[in-house]
Amino acid sequence: MKQDQLLIAIKNLKTYFFLDEGTVRALDGVDFDIWRGQTIGVVGESGCGKSVTARSILRIVPRPGRIVDGTITFYRRLHDNGAGQIEEIDLTKLDPTGPEMRNIRGAEIALVPQEPMASLSPVHTIGNQICEAIMLHQKVGKEEARVKAIEMLDRAGFPQPKQRIDSYPHQLSGGLRQRAVIAMGLSCHPSLLIADEPTTALDVTTEAQILRLMRSLQHDLGMAIMFITHNLGVVAQMCEDVVVMYMGRIVEEAPVDDIFHNPKHPYTQALLRSIPRLGQKTKERRQLESIRGTVPDPYTRPRGCAFHPRCTQRIRGVCDQTEPPWLEVEPGHKVRCVLYG
Amino acid sequence: MLVYIARRVLLMIPTIFLISIISFVAIQLPPGDFMTSYVAGLRTMGENIEQEAIDNLRERYGLGQPVYVQYIKWISGIILRGDWGQSMEWQKPVKDLIGERILLTVVLSLVSLLVSWFIAIPIGVYSATHQYSILDYVMSIISFIGVGVPGFLLALIIMYFAQTRLNLNVGGLFSQEYINAPWSVERVIDMLKHLWIPVLILAVEGTAGGIRTTRANLLDELNKPYVELARAKGLSEWKLIWKYPVRIALNPFFSTVGWSLASLISGATLISVVLSLQTTGPMQLRALTSQDMYLAGSFLLILSVLTVIGTLISDILLAWVDPRIRLEK
Repeated sequence: MKQDQLLIAIKNLKTYFFLDEGTVRALDGVDFDIWRGQTIGVVGESGCGKSVTARSILRIVPRPGRIVDGTITFYRRLHDNGAGQIEEIDLTKLDPTGPEMRNIRGAEIALVPQEPMASLSPVHTIGNQICEAIMLHQKVGKEEARVKAIEMLDRAGFPQPKQRIDSYPHQLSGGLRQRAVIAMGLSCHPSLLIADEPTTALDVTTEAQILRLMRSLQHDLGMAIMFITHNLGVVAQMCEDVVVMYMGRIVEEAPVDDIFHNPKHPYTQALLRSIPRLGQKTKERRQLESIRGTVPDPYTRPRGCAFHPRCTQRIRGVCDQTEPPWLEVEPGHKVRCVLYG
Repeated sequence: MLVYIARRVLLMIPTIFLISIISFVAIQLPPGDFMTSYVAGLRTMGENIEQEAIDNLRERYGLGQPVYVQYIKWISGIILRGDWGQSMEWQKPVKDLIGERILLTVVLSLVSLLVSWFIAIPIGVYSATHQYSILDYVMSIISFIGVGVPGFLLALIIMYFAQTRLNLNVGGLFSQEYINAPWSVERVIDMLKHLWIPVLILAVEGTAGGIRTTRANLLDELNKPYVELARAKGLSEWKLIWKYPVRIALNPFFSTVGWSLASLISGATLISVVLSLQTTGPMQLRALTSQDMYLAGSFLLILSVLTVIGTLISDILLAWVDPRIRLEK
């Protein structure tokens, strides 16, 4: 890919939470790139650092969390001159509540959160909340913002947006709320949309609709999507590239086909074995596997490879002693494991 | 919304009717009546009062009759003629007696309520958004002291210092020459000069409680996902805090307006006694102890009606600020 297509480059990102009980290294050296128009899936079990990655990019890591090291370079395309000039901004250097960061947040990088019900204020109409985002980043008046909001709701497949823009969240179904939140996220045409498990709270039918909607909107608007999920089925459907996280680190990164057909890391392999497949049982007659054990206590990270206590292929004396190297096994397919060293 | 309000107003009528019966019966419950204690008082002072005169008085107030007759006499007077009856102790119509006092009390209580909200809400918001900062600790300590110190004690302390150090005349709501004067600009100015001490004392308690309430409620709201999404939109901290979580954290203030309304009249009795304010609290207390039944009954009735109205106002306010309540079927 051409260098000017780079949107975000994350280098050695470390976000720690300083709690009374100790320090939680939520992100412990994360590196990956997001390209313009790319859909990148971030997968992993609960607590692996997926959401913290999203919040670090947006600079809304809640207290007592803090980015302690690393860079997040945002390549901002300056729209006003036709030359397509690109400005490099290190987001970690900006004041999280300052005007520069706030101009990027919501306008260039938008969030579609996990729970559409809880993510909308119960005492404001969805129209109010969408117009607010539009007026914040575009120089438009109330009337025009409302027109844009209705247009965006319409694009998000929200039925009768003109009549229902003044609804309160509790008057809408889960799917409609999520459409409203998506409309809000897309209202300022961001170059990156971070979708943090956007369909977890929805039933499967609605989930399928929302996913289809996001794909078609991405096709129309040309933004990149960082798709955070623990659902590998969704990844297969949505993403071009996948990043697999475990305990605050990336353990494997590859195009989506390689992840599913040629997974390298034992953790990725275990994750894939734990998905039920139609027809599988009758053919192979085996039980659905789950990954042995649970994610270790976040305060005490295992020595060596963090996954070794649960790994079926661990090498005693190696995996529990040395940091596994970050290897490129095939072009575009990287893995953090000693097995491929 | 209108249907909701109308239904609530209709429901108020039987409630108030019931309350008026209960308050009237409650006044009648202690043995004896005002005449008994009145005559006894006169006799101890050596004066002799003829039985005939006593009977006349009893007849006039309907004291010899059954309770329900007395009740009907009393309540029909209020409803039909706006006649609240005669205070036996003051020998004056109840209406004249409490009219001005109620006005003064409402002014005093309303001012202190508003003052305490205006101070408490910003401080509470600051405390919550800067949780565990030094200023938060300082505010918490001050507000705990404010909650803990009883108002009358504070009144005594402030009175002492105002009198001895500042040479201020602090008792009452008016200077001597204005107490019985008709209303005039000078009288209002004189009242304002006296008003600040009771307002300060009443506001301290209200403010302290208000800070704690605001802080606790806001802390609950601050980590909700809707706040995070508002932040992710790029809103400034100041704007998003005041627009979203504060709005929801203030609900308890609206829902307690109902009780505040009644305590506007009866509240601060102790402080009023200490500061000898011409408010309704001390008079109500006196009327109850001396079995001045029309006066006491009027107070009880006004308070109950205010509570009922206050609850209605609370509900309407809540429905107004919170669409989840408004739109419930």
